[in-house]
Formats: sequence, structure tokens, C-alpha cells
Amino acid sequence: MEHFFFGRLGWDDIAIFDIFRDPTASNIVGSSAGWLAVIGGVIVAALLLIKGWWRPLLFTWLNTTDHKKIGIMYIVTGLVMFARGVAEGVVMRSQYVTSYQGGYLTPDHFSELFSTHGTIMIFFVLMPFLIGFMNLLVPLQIGARDVAFPRLNQISLGFTIVGAMLLMISLVVGQFATGGWTGYPPYTGVAFQPGTGPDYWIWSLGLSGIGSLLTGINFAVTIYKMRCPGMTFMRMPIFVWTALCTSILLVFALPPLTAVVIMQALDRYLDFHFFTNDLGGNMMNFANLFWMFGHPEVYILILPAFGLYSEFTAIFSGKRIYGYMSLVIATMAIAVLSFTVWLHHFFTMGQSPTINVAFGVATMLIAIPTGVKVYVWIATLWGGRIRMRTPIIYLAGFIFFFAVGGYTGILLANPTINFTVHNSQFVVAHFHNVLLPGTLFAVLAGIYVWFPKFFGFRLDERWSATTAWLFIVGFTFAFMPLYVVGLMGMPRRSPAFDDPSYIPYMIVTMGGALCVLAALGALIGTFVVSAKRREALAVPGGDPWDGRTLEWATPAPVPEWNFAFIPEVHSQDAFAVEKSKGTVYDIEANSYEDIELAPTSWIGLTIIVFGTALGFAMVFWMWWLAILSGLALLIHAIGLGFVRDKGEIIPADVIERTERDWIAMAQQGRFTDRRDEVSTDNRGFAARISEA
Amino acid sequence: MTTSTANANSHPGLNLGPAHGQAHKDAETVVFGFWIFLMSDLVTFAMFFATYAASIHATAGGPGNADIVDVTSIGLQTGALLISSLLFGIATVAMKHGSSPRSTILWLLASLAFGLCFLGLEVRDFIDAAEKGAVPMRSGYLSAYWALVGLHGLHVTVGSLMILVVCVQIAIFGFADDVKTRVLRLGLYWHFLDIIWIGIFSVVFLPGLLT
Repeated sequence: MEHFFFGRLGWDDIAIFDIFRDPTASNIVGSSAGWLAVIGGVIVAALLLIKGWWRPLLFTWLNTTDHKKIGIMYIVTGLVMFARGVAEGVVMRSQYVTSYQGGYLTPDHFSELFSTHGTIMIFFVLMPFLIGFMNLLVPLQIGARDVAFPRLNQISLGFTIVGAMLLMISLVVGQFATGGWTGYPPYTGVAFQPGTGPDYWIWSLGLSGIGSLLTGINFAVTIYKMRCPGMTFMRMPIFVWTALCTSILLVFALPPLTAVVIMQALDRYLDFHFFTNDLGGNMMNFANLFWMFGHPEVYILILPAFGLYSEFTAIFSGKRIYGYMSLVIATMAIAVLSFTVWLHHFFTMGQSPTINVAFGVATMLIAIPTGVKVYVWIATLWGGRIRMRTPIIYLAGFIFFFAVGGYTGILLANPTINFTVHNSQFVVAHFHNVLLPGTLFAVLAGIYVWFPKFFGFRLDERWSATTAWLFIVGFTFAFMPLYVVGLMGMPRRSPAFDDPSYIPYMIVTMGGALCVLAALGALIGTFVVSAKRREALAVPGGDPWDGRTLEWATPAPVPEWNFAFIPEVHSQDAFAVEKSKGTVYDIEANSYEDIELAPTSWIGLTIIVFGTALGFAMVFWMWWLAILSGLALLIHAIGLGFVRDKGEIIPADVIERTERDWIAMAQQGRFTDRRDEVSTDNRGFAARISEA
Repeated sequence: MTTSTANANSHPGLNLGPAHGQAHKDAETVVFGFWIFLMSDLVTFAMFFATYAASIHATAGGPGNADIVDVTSIGLQTGALLISSLLFGIATVAMKHGSSPRSTILWLLASLAFGLCFLGLEVRDFIDAAEKGAVPMRSGYLSAYWALVGLHGLHVTVGSLMILVVCVQIAIFGFADDVKTRVLRLGLYWHFLDIIWIGIFSVVFLPGLLT
């Protein structure tokens, strides 16, 4: 059965051929998705070769240690995976429309869909989005030239991409797990799923988990040690605070995931008995370990998003953030409390009522700091000169949905109610209701706000706003009905149902899903249209929205060295304060100095290639390939210690020229009133709203 | 960018002599980062400890703790690991006080030798246990036991490899700034493994001796 070269990989594992072997509806959908991935890969490869894009890809992107480029690559990874995640959601919703006593997908295929959908959305969409924003914003907001460990940053990105690659490969070769994104054994153990599925889960989560852990270390150190002079903790922008809390959560919450993945791998590969049914295995250990990671993970996803909301709420209401201190305390409180509630994910699995009550109370406590945050955003808007740009549309949708999601969360935190609705569509509605508006809306709004900073031109306003409305409307119809059917008793993760009264609701959610799909299209349209109008939308001044924090005090796109001089700050919202004093473009310095950038590196690419090979080899038991790629990684890692590379030196005169051009532009006085910020007049020099 | 704050925020652990500008600052950042990594690693171990504690009675009729503990061997392992740590400490002190790279390398190799003794004894214990039928596939308890002790052993193996690498680096580059901070971090790691071992000793082996 086992072959030396191909392990357990056989022709039957090539999922894209299922369509020819047995053209059922389920196989047609599955194989088409696989073909889409293959064709997409081929098109990308062809473009790289024909257009010569492989050269910039290799030599300005994949070997870079620049935090801005790495951040962009994280977000692009997230967007690609987002397209797949949304498509899977739509397929699942269409299954529910047809699945009254049937459905067109096989139960296994449906299970695979919700497993990949969850895994992708959490680990390869929201995580890369937020880590991407941390990369883009944290060094700029604390006035640093880069993160503490630029090369480690590239390594983290490499591991994240390895996980995403394994998930994409699972679409074409073999099967993914059918045990949900949580991968509960013993169902995912060898006895019940001897195939490749849970192994794909193990390796994609395990390897990308290493990357996330390293990111946590990197950003904790960056924020502790790299702040510019005068940037005390209480002067840090809120986003930096949330990034700090997220980093701490990553450092402490990822190890349980690592541990549980190792144990599950030992169970599956070496016949250990951590979580099996027999010989002393106990799956409750898995539930505890997994959710000790899994619950903080929720806050890893939501806290930086809260940071983004805080930043642009202040910007688009033309005020400083209300209640800075309470936001900081609330953020920290959430970070700490997030470690005290993991058990609410299995209230119904048989522990004593006393324990359930303790965890129920702890869970409800989180509502307090979270409520504080929502009030702070509302209070910031209160009395502000609000401009109804796309981010504020998202914010409005978010505040409404998040309130609903929060209330249902409180319901779920009550163990007695939880017993009634657990594992129903109510839970699905609840977590989509908090995570989507909470994180996804923040990220989409964040892309709108910070896109001009890194690409030098704004996104088209009409397309952006349309996208926002489509997401909000689609989201409402796709998930709100699930509360109702959940209370009516419709289970989640079930491929079919028996109660005809669910059907109308399923049709409504299908409509919502199609609307979300349209929103995804509109998002792509936004990028295309804006790129075509890039001249008209250019904002070389770098401050298109009357920004308040340090990142806006640079030209757009941000030069590789971030700041010609390391800034020195004396207050919160340093840039806004300088602007109000009118000192901002007055830099009269003659002492420009050479700046050394972090050295480029190929370790990221090594990790992408050999890490993916390692994961794939382990899934298919190709031990020789696993050993070879493991050795390649080890040798490169050891070799790094022997390389004495210097980074590129940017000469002082180049910096001086860039800086002087930028200041000269500002001194031509093309300042734009905030009310006209979406017109083509906006060149990125904001006249303050109070002066308008 | 004042130098006084750099001193005030000095990293915990062995200082590198008088503050010397950029090298000092760089050392501070990487050593601080390494402390955070160690905290995270400690949580990983905590998870294996917790699993072990939760599995103590899950022997499924197979060998239990008392059946696999070899007092002499555990005593020797503990001694070897602690002496190895002491020798590593001497190596860093030698480095700090300007001994030749050669003598520092010798101290490091001596430390490595005791580390390898530890590993050898541990492997022997594992083989003995396997011969008694106490293989990890036998029960949930034994899985947790092998995983916890094995994870520590794996860390020691990685550390041993790193000691070798660092010795080569000292031989090639001498006491370059980054090599010195690498020795410093490896030292933290090596001593950290002692602390974990004391935990394993107290949680895994002592109860076995008492029954």
C-alpha cells in the first residue's frame, strides 16, 4: 500500500479528477473548486513568466524585510483566502436551500466545507489581515524605522503562507478534515478518519501557528523597545495598545495550540492515546487545551480591529478619541479576561454546574470592558464633525450589529440558556454577528483609510461605499435569520434538515450570501477602478484624512526608511497637535544622515518552499521528502547565524531630496478642506476641520 | 535617544560590561525578545504538565509511574544537567571577563559533554521503559509521560546542537557582538531547561519514588 516515493498518495487522491470518475453534483462542485485553484495558479505563474513579474516578486517582495511590504503581503494573502472563504460560505448556504430532506452535496463534502471555511476564515483571512495591519501601522505609529526583528517578521509571513498553501493544496490533492475548524478528536482520530483530512489540519495550523507566535514576540518587543523618544505608554495610539495586547495574547495563547497539535499528531502518527476513546485517552483534554488557545484567539482577532475603529472614529469625527484611558484599561481587561472563559465553549460536555457558573460569570464580565469601548466610540462621534465616508458607514453597521451580537453573547454565556441553544444555528448567527462586523468591517474600513498611505492614491469613494452597503445588507440577510431558525431548533453543521418551516429562512440567507458575494465583487471592482484613476486620486502629501497619529506625518507612499528623522513627541495624537500649532511642514534641518535598512533575506522563501513540502510530505507519509525538507530548513536556519550581511544604505542626499520635495509640495499651499476630501483636489495635505 | 534610559531599561541577566552604545542597545532588544520566547515556551511545557497531571490515573491497566522510575538514573541525570548548567555559567563568565575564545569554547564543550550524558541516560531510561512494556502506545498515562519527558529531552537535544553551532561561531568570528548575545541567549535557554527539569523531577519522578 505504501510506496517509498509517493507514500500513501495515489491517483484516487487527486480530487480534481473526481469530476470525471463520478460526476455527481457534489463532485462537480468539489472538483471545480480544485480546478479553479489549479487554473488560478497556472494563470499567476504564466503572468509571472510572460510579464516578467517574477523578478520584482522575487527581488523586491519575497526577499524584503520591510515591515510595510510584509504587511501588504499579509493582507493580500488574506484577500486571496477571503475569496475562497466567501465562495465556500455561498456553497454551504446553497446546500441549505436544497437540503430539506436531501441537498445536493454529500454529507462528507458539506463537513469538509464548514471545516475549511472556519479554518480559512480564522487563520488565513482574519489573522493575516490583522497581523498585516500591525505590520503596516505599529512601527509608523510609534515612530520607528522597522520592527524589532525584521528577518523574524519575514519568517512569520513564510509560515503563514505555508499554512495557506497547504489548505489550497488540500483542494486539489486529498481531502481536508471533516471535523470542523476545532478538529475535535476522537472524531478526527485515526479510528474514525484514517485519511489525509486531519493531517492537513494538523500541519496547516501547526506550521502557521509558529509564524503567529513569532509575530507576537516580535511586536511585543517592538512596542516595548522601539518607541521613539517621548512616546510613553500613555501617548501610544490606541491601535498600538491593541497590537500590544494582541501580541501578548499571541505569546501566551499560541502554545496551547502548539501543544494540542503536537499531541494530536502523536495520536495520529505514532498511535499515542491522548485523545482516543480507548486505553486512557481523554478528549476533554483536547477540549480544554484547544479552547485555552481558541478563546483568546477570538480576542486576537477582535482587539486590533477595535484599535482600527478607535483610530478612524477619531479621524472622521475630527476629534481626539474620547476616554483614551478607559479604552486602554478596557483593552487590557479584555486581554486578561479572555484567558478565564475558555470553558464556555463546552458548557454542555458534562462538567459540574459550579464550574459552569464560574465560567459563565467570567464570560459575562467581558461584556463590561467591551461595552466601555462601544460607548467610547459613540462618545467620540458625539458632537464631532462627522464626515460620512466609507469607514463611518462600516462603523455604523458595526455598532448596531455588535450590540446585537453582544446581547446574544450574554445569552449564550448563561449556562442554562446555553444548554438550549448550543450547537444550533443560533451560535452560528452569534459568532458571525460579532466577528464579521467586528473584525471584517474594521479591516475593510482600515483598507480604505490606510490604502492611500501605502500606495499613494485613495480608493474610489462611490465603489467603496457601495461595497460597504453590500456587505452590510448581505450580512443582515445572511445571518440574522439564523437566530430565528436557531431558536426553532435547527442544528448547525448538519448537512440537511427535516422541518419545512426552515425553508423560507434558508432562501433569505441564500439571498444574503449572494449579496455578500456581490460585495466581494464590488471590493475587487474598487481596487480595479481606483488603480485606473490613480493619477486623479493620488495623495502624495500622505495625509488625506486629517490624520492624527505619526504615520500620517510621512509622504505617501511611505518611503522605505519611514522617517527621515526619528520623531520626538510630546503628547498624544502628536501629528494633530503639530498641525494645530502649524509647525508640521517647517522642518529646517540640515543634518540628514545615511540610513541603513534591514538586510534582505531568503529565509522566508525557503520556509514557503520547504515548509510546504514538509507539511505535504507529512500528510502523505513521504518520509524521505519530509526529512529532506526538514534538513533544508534546519541548515538554512543554522546558516543564518554565519551570514554577516549588511543592509542597503540609503545615502543622506536621497533622503534629503525626498523630504524636501514633500515639504516643498506642502508649502505650495494646496491644502484641502475636509469637506472636499473625496474630490480630486485632495492631494494629501489636510486643512484641519476646525479651520474649515 | 538618551543613553541614560538605555541603562535604566537594561535587560535582566548578565550584563555585557559597560554600556557600549549600539551593541548594548541591540543586545537589550534581542535578549528581551528571548525572554518573551522563554515565557511562551514555559506555557507550552505547562500544557504538557497539565495533560500529564490529568492523565495520572489513565494507565488502562498498564505500567504506572512507580514501575518506570529508576532512582539512580534520575539522580545522575539531574546531576549531569545541573553540572552542565554550571559549566555554561562559567563559560559566560569567562567570556565576560575577557578570557580567550579558546577557553570559552572549552567550557562550552564541557557543558555540552554533560548535556550529552544527560541525554544518553534519558535514552537508556526510555529503552528500559520500553522493554518493560511501558511504551507510549500502551496508555494515555504513558503517552503523557513520554511526551512531557520527551519534549524536555528534545529541547536539550536542540540546545546541544546550538552549543556546537555557537562554538563554531566563536571559533570563526571571535567575540563579535552578535555572537556574544547568542551565547547569552543560549545560556538563558540552557538554565531554563534546568528549571523545567526540576519541575519534571518534582511532578513526575518524586511521586513515583514515594509510592
